[in-house]
Amino acid sequence: MVEKFDCIVVGAGMSGNAAAYTLASRGLKVLQLERGEYSGSKNVQGAIMYADMLEKIIPDFREDAPLERHLIEQRFWMMGETSHTGMHHRSDDFNEDKPNRYTIIRSQFDKWFSRKVREAGAIVLTETTALELIFDAAGKCMGVRTDREMGVVHADVIILAEGVNGLLGTRAGLRPAPKADNVALAVKEMHFLPNEVIEARFNIKGDQGVVIEAAGAVSHGMTGMGFVYTNKECLSVGFGCLVSDYAKTMESPYVLLENFKNHPSIAPLLEGSEVKEYSAHLIPEGGYKAVPQLCGDGWVVCGDAAQLNNAIHREGSNLAMTSGRIAAECIFQLKTRREPMTKANLQSYPKALEESFVMKDLKKYKDMPALLHTNSRNFFMTYPELVSTAMSNFLRVDGTPKVDKERATVAAFRKKRGFTGMVGDAFKIARAWR
Amino acid sequence: MAATAEFRVEEKLFQNRYVVDSGRAHIKVLPHDKPSPSLIALTKICPAGCYTLNEKGQVEIVPDGCFECGTCRVLCEASGEVEWNYPRGGYGVLFKFG
Repeated sequence: MVEKFDCIVVGAGMSGNAAAYTLASRGLKVLQLERGEYSGSKNVQGAIMYADMLEKIIPDFREDAPLERHLIEQRFWMMGETSHTGMHHRSDDFNEDKPNRYTIIRSQFDKWFSRKVREAGAIVLTETTALELIFDAAGKCMGVRTDREMGVVHADVIILAEGVNGLLGTRAGLRPAPKADNVALAVKEMHFLPNEVIEARFNIKGDQGVVIEAAGAVSHGMTGMGFVYTNKECLSVGFGCLVSDYAKTMESPYVLLENFKNHPSIAPLLEGSEVKEYSAHLIPEGGYKAVPQLCGDGWVVCGDAAQLNNAIHREGSNLAMTSGRIAAECIFQLKTRREPMTKANLQSYPKALEESFVMKDLKKYKDMPALLHTNSRNFFMTYPELVSTAMSNFLRVDGTPKVDKERATVAAFRKKRGFTGMVGDAFKIARAWR
Repeated sequence: MAATAEFRVEEKLFQNRYVVDSGRAHIKVLPHDKPSPSLIALTKICPAGCYTLNEKGQVEIVPDGCFECGTCRVLCEASGEVEWNYPRGGYGVLFKFG
């Protein structure tokens, strides 16, 4: 006898947990499948968590969620070979009662979120790999085959929250597999340091935190960036580049991470740390144009699996949580009205998503991925080096008249990129940003 | 340079926790005479250093240190050079921090 549920959620990351919690807390019979030993054991993120999107699911999450530090300062660094030129924003206004952004450690956060899902009444089956989707004769998705003894489980609707590298939906032909120029490969290390050392090095106290995001010479002309996030007693240090760029250059991600860690602007922040984990994950980077069909007869797709990631703002988990919540709310509405989970009925999910910040933000930047990917050498190498030269010319006092220094800076820009090139780049960025 | 990099990545993996499903590799490289540029690239860009070039110039994989990230799937599944599945439930990499 095959067991039947209202809904099966494949995956226990941000979108899967958001969906499972939303449905179970409204009384639906929910089964969630997770292949890891515990929810979170397969998940990797930087990680920054945005409070607003979690508040809409679990309003009092601050009471017991494992949060690391609330962010009060953002540092954007343009990296030269031996320099960085920064734009920082720090504000005491970020020290509020209910802070807006936190660093988190994903495996621990996901364990907490999964406990909430269970408390809401969902059945969470860990150590269970979903193998394939099952369809009825009419082509409606009706269940999932797993590697457990029970084998097949059925449901009215399947939520595919299977992550960027999800196999089920792609193997069933519901969406294409990710392309090499639509995904970045990020590697990350967890660097442990005493709390007081982190506070002193980053000029913070208590639960305050800092984010550094660095692009430029460190990616050797590829589309990519490095980051340092402060947690309570460790730093998340990572580096990511497009898979298509890696395939072309054949550079090793861990070598680029080592170079980033050894950069004279980064190394002093990490000095003396103990590394306790090294991880890697893909990040969807294709933006609006890479978002696949989001629903069909008996299924919806959420989060990274649906390429819902804002690469320009480096937001992903909030889009994942929101898409999971909205999909679940639409399914709940259909269930309440006793309407079948057909493609036509489930269209309420993509429609609601279009009205939310998720698709509006992705739409705004729909031309940015192509621009950054095709002009990566200019944006990630030429300009950062030129800015570094300009700043050095501006600051170094060596008896050269200022007018000659300025001329040298302008000449360097014109020589490296040309006047038309620069105007063209500015125009293209302005148009894609609009 | 390459040798030190490989050495380093193996050293990095010792920090991680894995439950290896012995005898059931979840990723396989299919037999080939001459690997494609993408398959050769994996010997450099696999973040866990799972891919190596043997003395016959063919690419081999030992997926014990795999992160299940999917980079090799993205590059080599469509061409049929790599057969890609997730490990059985509970096996593979288990992140403490993620």
